[in-house]
Amino acid sequence: MKFLDYAPAPESQALLNLKPDYGLFINGDFQLGNGTPFSTISPATEKQIAMIASATEADVDTAVAAARRAYDRTWSRLSGSDRGKYLFRIARLMQERARELAVAESLDNGKPITESRDVDVPLAAAWFFYYAGWADKLDYAGVGPNPAALGVAAQVIPWNFPLLMLAWKIAPALAAGNTVVLKPAETTSLTAMLFAEILQQADLPNGVVNIITGAGATGQALVNHPDVNKVAFTGSTAVGRMIARSVAGTDKKLTLELGGKGANIVFDDAPIDQAIEGIISGVFFNQGHVCCAGSRLLVQESIHDEVIDRLKARMNTLRVGDPLDKNTDVGAINSAEQLQRIRELSDIGVQEGAERWSPDCVLPQEGFWFAPTIFTNVSTSHRIARDEVFGPVLSVLTFRTPAEAIAKANNTPYGLSAGIWSDKGSRILAVADKLRAGVIWANTFNKFDPASPFGGYQESGYGREGGRHGLAAYLAPAVRPGSRSKTAAVTTAAAAAKGDTAKVSADKAASARKKATK
Amino acid sequence: MTSPAFAALATRERTTTILGGEATDANLRRYLHGIPGIDAVGLEQRASGLGTRSIKTSSKRWAIDKIVSLIDLTTLEGADTPGKVRSLVGKAVAPDPSSPDCPRVAAVCVYGDMVGAAVEALGSAHSARTPETPDAGIRVAAVATAFPSGRASLAVKLADVADAVNAGADEIDMVIDRGAFLSGRYGQVFDEIVAVKAACAREGGPDAHLKVILETGELNTYDNVRRASWLAILAGGDFIKTSTGKVAPAATLPVTLSMLEVVRDWHRLTGVRIGVKPAGGIRTSKDAIKYLVTVAETVGEEWLTPQLFRFGASGLLNDVLLQRQKMTTGHYSGPDYVTID
Amino acid sequence: MTRLTVPKTYKLYIGGKFPRSESGRVYAVSSAAGDFLANAAQGSRKDARDAVVSARAALKGWSGATAYNRGQVLYRIAELLEGRRAQFVDEIMQAEGASAAGASAQVDDAIDAWVWYAGWADKYVQVAGNANPVSGPYFNLSVPEPTGVVAIVAPQTGGSLLGFVSAIAPALVAGNTVVVIAHETAPLTAISLGEVLATSDVPGGVVNILTGSPAEIAPWLASHGDVNALDLLGAGALDWVDLQIAAADTLKRVLPPEADAVPSLARILAFTETKTVWHTKSLL
Repeated sequence: MKFLDYAPAPESQALLNLKPDYGLFINGDFQLGNGTPFSTISPATEKQIAMIASATEADVDTAVAAARRAYDRTWSRLSGSDRGKYLFRIARLMQERARELAVAESLDNGKPITESRDVDVPLAAAWFFYYAGWADKLDYAGVGPNPAALGVAAQVIPWNFPLLMLAWKIAPALAAGNTVVLKPAETTSLTAMLFAEILQQADLPNGVVNIITGAGATGQALVNHPDVNKVAFTGSTAVGRMIARSVAGTDKKLTLELGGKGANIVFDDAPIDQAIEGIISGVFFNQGHVCCAGSRLLVQESIHDEVIDRLKARMNTLRVGDPLDKNTDVGAINSAEQLQRIRELSDIGVQEGAERWSPDCVLPQEGFWFAPTIFTNVSTSHRIARDEVFGPVLSVLTFRTPAEAIAKANNTPYGLSAGIWSDKGSRILAVADKLRAGVIWANTFNKFDPASPFGGYQESGYGREGGRHGLAAYLAPAVRPGSRSKTAAVTTAAAAAKGDTAKVSADKAASARKKATK
Repeated sequence: MTSPAFAALATRERTTTILGGEATDANLRRYLHGIPGIDAVGLEQRASGLGTRSIKTSSKRWAIDKIVSLIDLTTLEGADTPGKVRSLVGKAVAPDPSSPDCPRVAAVCVYGDMVGAAVEALGSAHSARTPETPDAGIRVAAVATAFPSGRASLAVKLADVADAVNAGADEIDMVIDRGAFLSGRYGQVFDEIVAVKAACAREGGPDAHLKVILETGELNTYDNVRRASWLAILAGGDFIKTSTGKVAPAATLPVTLSMLEVVRDWHRLTGVRIGVKPAGGIRTSKDAIKYLVTVAETVGEEWLTPQLFRFGASGLLNDVLLQRQKMTTGHYSGPDYVTID
Repeated sequence: MTRLTVPKTYKLYIGGKFPRSESGRVYAVSSAAGDFLANAAQGSRKDARDAVVSARAALKGWSGATAYNRGQVLYRIAELLEGRRAQFVDEIMQAEGASAAGASAQVDDAIDAWVWYAGWADKYVQVAGNANPVSGPYFNLSVPEPTGVVAIVAPQTGGSLLGFVSAIAPALVAGNTVVVIAHETAPLTAISLGEVLATSDVPGGVVNILTGSPAEIAPWLASHGDVNALDLLGAGALDWVDLQIAAADTLKRVLPPEADAVPSLARILAFTETKTVWHTKSLL
């Protein structure tokens, strides 16, 4: 036998206790949605896992009303320490049900079980732990004494890290005293439903967190709802742009975590074996479905061939397949739609003259799969060097000097992440200074921590999640008594006049001005 | 230079070609310090990632037997006697008396003065490695060169080696002069290894194979481990070995991974395969399986043979045998069902 | 016989120079009493474009200067303004019909605002930055950095000098460069301030001043691909929601209109980006 053909090591699904149907989680209970339910499938097998309810505008109304009621009557009246205790409870319950959450996540999303088990779920719990402790220390959040919660937060999250993104959104919002209506991505609602059960176990007051499922229209209805005070979105830059337009002129505070085209810069003095690992985890972690993926490899020309050789050798050891097998490195692409996009962009890469390479790997017949792929001979003008592929596809470019590396790395409308590999500390710090990206990993990549702010420059969005900064995104400074509001009337009129196009009521514009004038 | 051409060169010549000069302190320093550095955090993360591989059912069964066949069953005590060595040899020949299909270990590893006792105890089970019969039998390895500290004159070290070779040792596990290495006297370390290698020559029989112990616990940094690995290979070591077992920490997965990376790179450069032997500190089959995974995924599974990979261990064998019994019978076994050596 | 005065020509301030509008247009600026004061350049979209080019070119040097240096340069503006306070008091009295005491107080406030913001240059990073205790062997630091090129609509009501200073000073602290549309009907103090800046240590291009119609110019800045942020401070009377919508196309950071810009750390931080750097940390 060949040892490297490791025998199957499937994680047991026995501890999953899924329901055939999931409703909307509103006001502490699961309820039927008014839309047509849809099925959530395993992207590895295309088999149905459960039916998920679809929220209509009316359901969104109900959910927002529940959140508003909970905010007014319960959550905003609770002490910070009690809010914190609820978050601690949630964190503990997530740890207790960690395996179950991990299996559900891999089943529904297609990511390897090792990743959901070792990264997503522990980090999600850590996020609640971290923000739990903030709930009674808001004076230190950096927005002045006695900061105020914003009210109802509308949160829309993507399918690449379903539970983790939920934690990134909900934990700071609740710690700061907001209530929440969250919409998971259409293809990955499952762990959010399990999380709703955890909220019931934690006895979280009804309506503090509401989870509504559905497609893009549901999310649109949610962020456009006139009674939400905060919109937090993680997803594509195109949708982020739409949201930024739709909240223009309103008093909704907005944070956007959008796309990226991260540069992973490898200098000729890099710790080479770790750099190879960093390149691999930078772009193949989570099938490359990572907004901060290091999808552009910038390698110093003098070591290009050696790096590519080593990279290919390492890629040959990647194991693509069953997400629930504990030895899988690269799982399934999340959806047919995403697979289509990855294929299209990769084909364009070939047409544009880049050289495509993938290791020999047998992909399963059923499900959505894409072999880890690198493109060499890529030039900066190629679409695979500019567009976010959001898949296991690496574009390799070269540079000759640090200045050229910086210029090429910054030559993108995005600005989310970058990696630097070098043994020379002063160069790392200088290059890090000059990169226009919100998160920079030096001699490492794709590391996340609840204490560490995360977010982008430019078209990668604005606002930070994680750390003190992530908390401040859900707080407003205390209202100063006797503050003036000279332009309030003027600006209200202007905003009201724009009300139709901006999809915002005159009322909300008025309150926008109120806030603008503090 | 092409790989076969490298392979054909003698050690000194080959080193001169690679270094672009004689194996002086300065040339070696220039070369060894030109090797890309190691980021410790990344290395340890990679090792721990490899450690999460889940080896089950048929793969585990294969791995268990493979581990047995890769063990250098070791006794290196001041209290060692011929009787103790005989007992060890008995265990080496028939690790699990209740299971005749249990493979034998690769070698027994003893102090130089016990080589004779080991050879005698092995009897027909002893087989020096020959090109025709690479896996024929159990070999005798001797630690030498003033093991474990290496603090003796070169003459004493060479006499130590010659003694063991004359007594029938098939393999010599030497220690490098860590003091010389850490103070940058790379030429001295190199020359000493070359001299020991020469002392491994045997009149009228196969030369003893040379394992070079780096004592990584004293080298302290991964960069040092990598440089020492290159140095040992350049100087002609057949194997690079982590530790004496007398210094903590002994073998660790990240250290072994970094050495495997050197071996992989040497193979890329010269086409020559060098062996790796983690020694000390590997006590459970679960740990040992992590090493197998690390070998297979770093240098390839063709390295999983006694010619290229060994475990230096004593306690490991019994844990592996307990696992083996569990896999055979389906029940958990206990320490009374495996023999002490 | 009284001496015939020598009126001043007020032009734009772009890239450290004082060009006329490329459009050739001017508009008459009157005193509060309705008397003709001067012709101001009526900035065009192309002037705005040139201003953005200058601001972008100046960004590297200004954001790359040490914080200590930026603080001194900003403080130097206060010194120069103090030296020319009589001129500004006169201009404010004429343009705004303010009393001598009122004009004087406004100049004082403007000078004090420069002093206050100058002091922040080497401190705001300490206050807004963090060492993050991540769970792993990493050095992890978050620091605010300038957003880049900031387009500003200066206040169109209230004191023209103080409003203008309150608008640009906080953006400059962090190392942003600015393109600012001055008070439309009282633009002269802004251009005079440009003359102060030109003789100060502020590098050319760091502050670019456009006079003219905010309603005409602001949309070009709001939609400009090379502008990183938009401060609608004085845009309350414009169709500012449209400007914000236009800014969304390139996901600019946008500050909504405000009644007045009381000096605050929040205004400095509004045009910063938090960068978090991770580095591995190990003895081995």
